[in-house]
Amino acid sequence: MRHDIIDVDDVVIRFAGDSGDGMQLTGTLFANTSAVYGNGLSTFPDYPAEIRAPKGTIGGVSGFQVHIGDHKVSTPGDYCDMLVAMNPAALKANAKWAKREGMVLIDQDAFDDANLKKAGFTKNPFEELHIEDRTIIIAPITKLTEESLKDSGMDLQSIHKCRNMFTLGMACFIYSRPLDFVFSYIEQRFRKKHPEMIEPNRKVLSDGFHYAENIQAVPNTYRIAPARFAPGLYRNITGNQAMAWGLMAAAEKAGLQLFCGSYPITPATAILEELAIYKSLNVKTMQTEDEIAGICCAIGAAFAGDLAVTSTSGPGLSLKSEAMGLAVMSELPLVIIDVQRSGPCTGMPTKTEQADLQQALYGRNGESPLVVMAAHSPANCFDAAFNAAKIALEHMTPVILLSEGFLGNGSEPWRIPQMKDYPQIKPRFAKEDEAGAFKPFRRDPQTLAREWAAPGRKGFEHRVGGLEKNHDGVLSTDPDNHEMMVRERAEKIALVARDIPDLAVDGPESGDVLVVGWGGTYGHISTAVDMLRSEGTEISYAHFDYINPLPQNTEEVLSRFKKILVCELNHGQFAEYLRSVLPQFNYIQCNKVQGQTFLSLEIENAIKELL
Amino acid sequence: MAKYTASDFKSDQQVRWCPGCGDYAILAALQRTLPQVCEEQGLDKSEVVVVSGIGCSSRLPYYMNTFGFHSIHGRATAISTGIKVANPKLSVWQVSGDGDALAIGGNHFIHAIRRNIDINLMLFNNRIYGMTKGQYSPTSKFGMITKTSPYGTVEPPFNPGSLVIGAKGSFFARSIDTELALSCEIMLKASRHHGCSIMEFLTNCMIFNNGSHTEISAKDVKEDRTIVLEDGEKMVFGKNHDRGLILDGRKLKVVTIGQDGITLDDILVHDSHADNLGLQMMLADMNYPDFPVALGVIRDVDQPTYEEGVCSQVADVTAKSKIHSVDELIRSGSVWESK
Repeated sequence: MRHDIIDVDDVVIRFAGDSGDGMQLTGTLFANTSAVYGNGLSTFPDYPAEIRAPKGTIGGVSGFQVHIGDHKVSTPGDYCDMLVAMNPAALKANAKWAKREGMVLIDQDAFDDANLKKAGFTKNPFEELHIEDRTIIIAPITKLTEESLKDSGMDLQSIHKCRNMFTLGMACFIYSRPLDFVFSYIEQRFRKKHPEMIEPNRKVLSDGFHYAENIQAVPNTYRIAPARFAPGLYRNITGNQAMAWGLMAAAEKAGLQLFCGSYPITPATAILEELAIYKSLNVKTMQTEDEIAGICCAIGAAFAGDLAVTSTSGPGLSLKSEAMGLAVMSELPLVIIDVQRSGPCTGMPTKTEQADLQQALYGRNGESPLVVMAAHSPANCFDAAFNAAKIALEHMTPVILLSEGFLGNGSEPWRIPQMKDYPQIKPRFAKEDEAGAFKPFRRDPQTLAREWAAPGRKGFEHRVGGLEKNHDGVLSTDPDNHEMMVRERAEKIALVARDIPDLAVDGPESGDVLVVGWGGTYGHISTAVDMLRSEGTEISYAHFDYINPLPQNTEEVLSRFKKILVCELNHGQFAEYLRSVLPQFNYIQCNKVQGQTFLSLEIENAIKELL
Repeated sequence: MAKYTASDFKSDQQVRWCPGCGDYAILAALQRTLPQVCEEQGLDKSEVVVVSGIGCSSRLPYYMNTFGFHSIHGRATAISTGIKVANPKLSVWQVSGDGDALAIGGNHFIHAIRRNIDINLMLFNNRIYGMTKGQYSPTSKFGMITKTSPYGTVEPPFNPGSLVIGAKGSFFARSIDTELALSCEIMLKASRHHGCSIMEFLTNCMIFNNGSHTEISAKDVKEDRTIVLEDGEKMVFGKNHDRGLILDGRKLKVVTIGQDGITLDDILVHDSHADNLGLQMMLADMNYPDFPVALGVIRDVDQPTYEEGVCSQVADVTAKSKIHSVDELIRSGSVWESK
């Protein structure tokens, strides 16, 4: 049989197995190898909330999808070219994502009667799933891994934990991934804590690679050439990591200590974890006793003069509501990061959604406006965090920055910037000549922002708090004063619009349909728009990074289109917001609330319906 | 000659507590003590921060001419913690009522104690919700009739002292609003204590719980019904200084010197600095009428503080790390170049 290497533009691979099968690591290694190789890349882990659900069951299936290309790729891909299923449950849960012309790779040894039964199969699983016409590679992965490591001195249980590496070796052969990159990753990962694991992993990985080569497991192998990225230094980065780094960048540019007070919550925890590492960058982190303490410690730190941050997910944002009101009332700079997950309540903690938007906009008592903005891709979390901190410090306001599970856990290549290209951040420190006569709520006539004077500054003693005050900082229940302060606080937020970029339209500047998105749907919408363009359809697309306030030209941009298609992963929260702010336009909704991202195909179809 | 006097700490705001409220006396004690605290610790007045939650007593920061933060119900402890961690040089004083600290803020209270963050927390305990006009609190006595317990409460109260010592707190002291000198003394000792200092002030609420502690604080009875603990001194009390505390087996017992063969030598000597949780717990737990109520500093032991731990870790990691700028950070690890 002739073996060909076929050049392809892009491939999508989905690794699926039991929670304990190491699929997240396998996917990450495959992705990072491809990143260093120079491919365009987007990843998304899809894992259960249970750390180890009963072995072999559908509930315990953990997946990691990676999309690599010879060009920039914006999404983890709708359907996969290769589905790796380490057991019957993984196959059952993921078969629907396998392309008709795609491949399925399974571990034959895991497809025994017991496992088939646990996954609920009664007859041939391939027939039952109607995938018998796919290229199915049936490899005895468990036995081969045992054989590969029989002289390693490892016990059987530890050997079985290396099945994923054998599989990764096979995938590397099929997609022409040089093993050197994986070797160096294995070494990096195990060097410090488990150096004894380096050699066995290397061996089983190359055995997998050679096995695939020897048996000619696949009729052809594939090659995905490196993408032509703009020149520069790159790295692969997840959204949560980029978020943490963007905050540190802002603290550096503002000349402030960074303080993060947070409570662990999926899928936001990695932000706190990441910040906890980099103490050498003037960072203090606190894992507090609860969500409320997280934000309150941060508010205390903000009062004391730090760039203060709290990170959370939806349920945590609910708990922080009253304290956010305190930050609004005391007009302190504070960044609140909400990595949204599927709700309401505990919902589906590991699944993505955009349904906290209205909570972010309105979820506080009283007239309590604050800045709401959103990150649109994993790497964009860096700039989004930087900008959120800049606005908070320069406008003396809390800022809610919305991310999503999909962004936080997803990754993509990031062109590493130089900090000299980022603007200076100028916190609104009270001027020294005000010592002895400091009026805490005196406002800047341009921005209506107050000034900041932290404890320790002589002559600036003042009191802030949750009670209404006048400009001098004296408690006041005067009706006119309250109305004036309410108006000024709202206007202060509205004036932030002067400092944010205009809404840009990708495609024709006017027309029948404008596709609109916000947050993490950016990759899927732009992919859909690109697909339609490649078919010859002209499409205009505008993506919102800033939600409150909206960019200054929003009304003008929307007025140039007859229909506005608002795509979002909720039941229409941004569309409702636009209807309330700019009711004169015709909004049509494209929504999905399944705990999953859009498929680009779904957006394509929604656009086509309007054309 | 101290740099400041009490009047330097008085703000221009009119104090608006009810006439006869116990909070006045504690405010006065704080304003009287802070000049000495600043003197001893070389602090400028601008380095003193007063933080509070919600409730009558929590209005106190407005009456202090210092940096102040009147926050939200129950959360003052978390705000104080954030302030102290951000800037450990500051002298942080917190005011919370019994509801603020022990009901809605109970979680933050125990965790501040567990961490041993170096703040001075003044717990104003009047055993009632005053600001909401008279509902029972977590320190209201069992069976107390209030607006929300018209037939008497059916839940036992917390004793703040046993809560603090049970959580292995490093400092606990108690005073009464009417004992101004003692209040000043425990505030000064709290300021010297390295760690989380909890001070309980038994305060009177004229309107909703008048006489909440007169049974022990009234002039004619207080010497018989309270005991002021002083380090190195015998635990003796009573008008005639003839009553004392001894250990009877594992329990405290009130004895009369000169009776049943008891002499002064048998009486316990107080040591707040000994790490003797069991005895200190029993002292904090003493309740009238079986025992005199213990006043003064019951426990004052040196333990590592949270903010020192945070800062020393930052210093260690900074000294060892190769990453000292964001430019270095974002270029660390696996990167590749596209040409």
